[in-house]
Amino acid sequence: MEKQVLRFKVNGDEYEVFIHPKTLLVEVIRDHLGLTGTKRGCETVSCGACTVNINGASVKSCSVLAVQCEGLEVTTVEGLEKDGKLSPIQRSFLDHGSFQCGFCTPGMLMSATAFISEAKNPTKDQIKESIEGNICRCTGYNSIVRAIEAVTAGKYKEE
Amino acid sequence: MSHAKYNVINTHVHNIDGVAKVTGRATYTFDVKLPGMLYGKILRSPHAHAKIKNIDTSAAMALPGVKIVVTGKDTLGVKQGIWRRYEELCDEQVLPLEKVRYIGEPVAAVAAITEEIAEAALDLIEVDYEVLPAVYEPLEAIKKEAPTIHEGVERNVNVTRHIEWGDVDEAFEEADYIREDWFKCSGQAHMCMETRAAVSSFTPDGKLTCWASTQSAYYTQGLLAGVLGLREGDVRVLAPYVGGGFGGKFELDAAMFTSAVMSMKLFKPVKVCFTREEDFIASKRRTPMFYYVRTGIKKDGTFCARESRMFSNGGAYTGMGATALYLSGFFHSFPYKWRGYRYDGYRVYTNTLPSTSMRGFGAPQAMFCSEQQIDWICADLGLDPFEVRRKNGHTEGYEVPGQAFIQSCGLEQCINEIEKWVKSKGKLPANRGIGISSCGFMSGGIFNWFDSPYSFSSAVVTINVDGTVELHVGCQDIGQGSNTTMAIIAAETLGVKVEDIRVHSGDTAHCPADLGAWGSRQTLMAGNAVKMACEDAKKQLLEFAYAEMGINIVYDLDIKDRWAHIVARPERGLPYVDLVKKALRAKDGQRIMGRGYYTPHRKGMISPAYSYMMQAVDAEIDPETGKIKIHEVMTAHDCGQPINQLGLIGQLEGAASMALGYAYLEDMPMEDGKLMNPNLVDYKVIKAPEMPEAGIIEIDTFEPEGPYGAKEAGEGLTNPTAAALGNAIYNAMGIQMKELPITPERVLKALREKKEQEAQK
Ligand code: FES
Ligand code: FES
Repeated sequence: MEKQVLRFKVNGDEYEVFIHPKTLLVEVIRDHLGLTGTKRGCETVSCGACTVNINGASVKSCSVLAVQCEGLEVTTVEGLEKDGKLSPIQRSFLDHGSFQCGFCTPGMLMSATAFISEAKNPTKDQIKESIEGNICRCTGYNSIVRAIEAVTAGKYKEE
Repeated sequence: MSHAKYNVINTHVHNIDGVAKVTGRATYTFDVKLPGMLYGKILRSPHAHAKIKNIDTSAAMALPGVKIVVTGKDTLGVKQGIWRRYEELCDEQVLPLEKVRYIGEPVAAVAAITEEIAEAALDLIEVDYEVLPAVYEPLEAIKKEAPTIHEGVERNVNVTRHIEWGDVDEAFEEADYIREDWFKCSGQAHMCMETRAAVSSFTPDGKLTCWASTQSAYYTQGLLAGVLGLREGDVRVLAPYVGGGFGGKFELDAAMFTSAVMSMKLFKPVKVCFTREEDFIASKRRTPMFYYVRTGIKKDGTFCARESRMFSNGGAYTGMGATALYLSGFFHSFPYKWRGYRYDGYRVYTNTLPSTSMRGFGAPQAMFCSEQQIDWICADLGLDPFEVRRKNGHTEGYEVPGQAFIQSCGLEQCINEIEKWVKSKGKLPANRGIGISSCGFMSGGIFNWFDSPYSFSSAVVTINVDGTVELHVGCQDIGQGSNTTMAIIAAETLGVKVEDIRVHSGDTAHCPADLGAWGSRQTLMAGNAVKMACEDAKKQLLEFAYAEMGINIVYDLDIKDRWAHIVARPERGLPYVDLVKKALRAKDGQRIMGRGYYTPHRKGMISPAYSYMMQAVDAEIDPETGKIKIHEVMTAHDCGQPINQLGLIGQLEGAASMALGYAYLEDMPMEDGKLMNPNLVDYKVIKAPEMPEAGIIEIDTFEPEGPYGAKEAGEGLTNPTAAALGNAIYNAMGIQMKELPITPERVLKALREKKEQEAQK
């Protein structure tokens, strides 16, 4: 198969990459753009470490071909902070100790970010469901749930 | 500790690596990319037991883009192991020369300009095997007629361990009631989110730098030097961020070894990362154990004697399994006083994935058996399980004969608190029960099987002119938060703020040697080293302060909150930063530098200190499907003085999730030595919706051996959960679960058997 050009936005910047059509989005993000905040933890679309947002929706970037993102806007963990100011969910993660090794954290933050932008007064169960696709081996999730809860309850404002 | 006033300890301190971790800045070995870096892949054995007759690498070598293919013949063939002191336990050639002993064992490695080419080259390597008869279960492998896995090892018994105290037979004679049970405890995958990964770079000056996903940069350095024929000092290991360890990452692994071997031949950086499947089939696991437990008790509930035999599935190599064998037997006695205790453990080689240490280090298995049997005995005799545990539990000042000396011990308070909690729940609906389990755990091992010539932990602290502090430690942060804990201890000791401290760790070139993150050792051992180093530096500052302030030498001086002052008259003093500046000038510009170390002495056989806990699990069982729903987990926990508040909660919640997974979800079923679920679709871990609330009641104790009274937290809490769930199911349904994990099938089978028995009656 011929390589082809992909034009899309990542964290607000326009990128043009020349890729094999079978290249996964996660590979473009990590290997072509060098944004290694996004992780990989499996080959079976099961762990969520690679989660990014595409046009605001959370997507496992190992489950989509990069070329499918033509013209779309991708946000990775590196795109959450603005001018050195952390986003509400990032600050809430710090306050609630919602990470340990941190390897699941970028994906977890992206799932949470997409959820928070949509959710209205979510229940605890809804919060848990929102990160169902993200495996964390360290924290036992409860501190992550508390962090998301605090943001959805309006305790953190955009700075 | 409520009776000590601390400024930093046990306050709400953010993880000092937090900003890096929540912004994607934290760079793991998995993320390392060096100029000119090549990608390595490993060819693995499809056979459980086979002779390697020949390996033909020519076709793979001829593939464009392939830079090298190596087999055991290209290595020094060193048989290595982490029990360095004991030659017979160094039994693993990471690329074996003669034969393979489990499915997934590395046989060759390729480095190429892309991962895809390296992968494609694997298919071109031809290995000529002579398949040998294999054996997979320890109770089979120990038989006379079983195939020999390691030449010269009779009956495949890798290590044995005998623990005994008191007159066991006499103590059994005093018992009014004796009960015997057999248990089967499963393996468990560490399943670190970052798979095993290493990047090695060997340069023409003869020096090797290796980024490794490791729990101990120092062990990795020593082990690599050993297998490569290099001086330790010529090997630099870097582990800035590590994506989890849980006991599975302090041995030499194939990513470290093959990347280093290939880099040494090519003088180029080589990166090897395991896929998730490789991580499952070939990175070791929690040790599966068969336990026979015989316990004698008096009518009034006094424990007399216990005698246990344990056969563990060691898999193909020793690894850390020898330690797990000992600790399992020791903690199987915990946390109770036995007049007589005898344990015989046999670690048996099989043709399966090697087993090793994993969070809890053999204790979760031991507690699953012990704590359930105690409840069954209580039921048999009509005794109260809380009362029996209180009556026989460890207390302050108790000596486990010949093994351990207990200083702080909050077990009784733990039992009292959980009893209160359980009683407050009142009567539960049908098919729902609460089970309890107590245990204790070590705060670092005393053993030195690695034969380290260095102290177990060390720290160096340097104070900059502006009062900021460089803290160099060898302890390894693998996510448990040790960098933060050390920063807290340093800030408290020096009297400064956490943001004044920069922690340097995970680099053997700059940090003093430390045994690393295993056996719950860092808070106590590295914590003591940090405290000592900071006291050393502070003393130098205060000596100068006496002169500067011109005060009576009988006054005590201290620094708190960046203010150096007279303890009795805190308003008299000077700012810490001014003191540092003046002291530097007075010392002819020499930097204020403090050194600290910790090596345990006269602390028994196991550990300098022990944590205690009791846990309750509230679970509901669907009698139709056998499915388990966990409603809540509650733990009363004595870890001495908590240091890192947020870190502690996270560790305890995390332990609960991993232990629940072990109790009812995670399993490693094998067929003819082949793991049947080597992926995250079929291997089930706890996910957010299954995770219950896991509350903590902190029990206030002070451990004299620990820094500021601290001891173990976070590993020990993987120990009680499987037993507590088993007891919950027993209380709810009246069935005894003797096999892990407690799957719906096993629950249904036990329910059927119970029905049949009742029908017979
Ligand atoms: S890498 Fe595991 S889901 Fe994408
Ligand atoms: S923080 Fe380690 S996997 Fe989530």
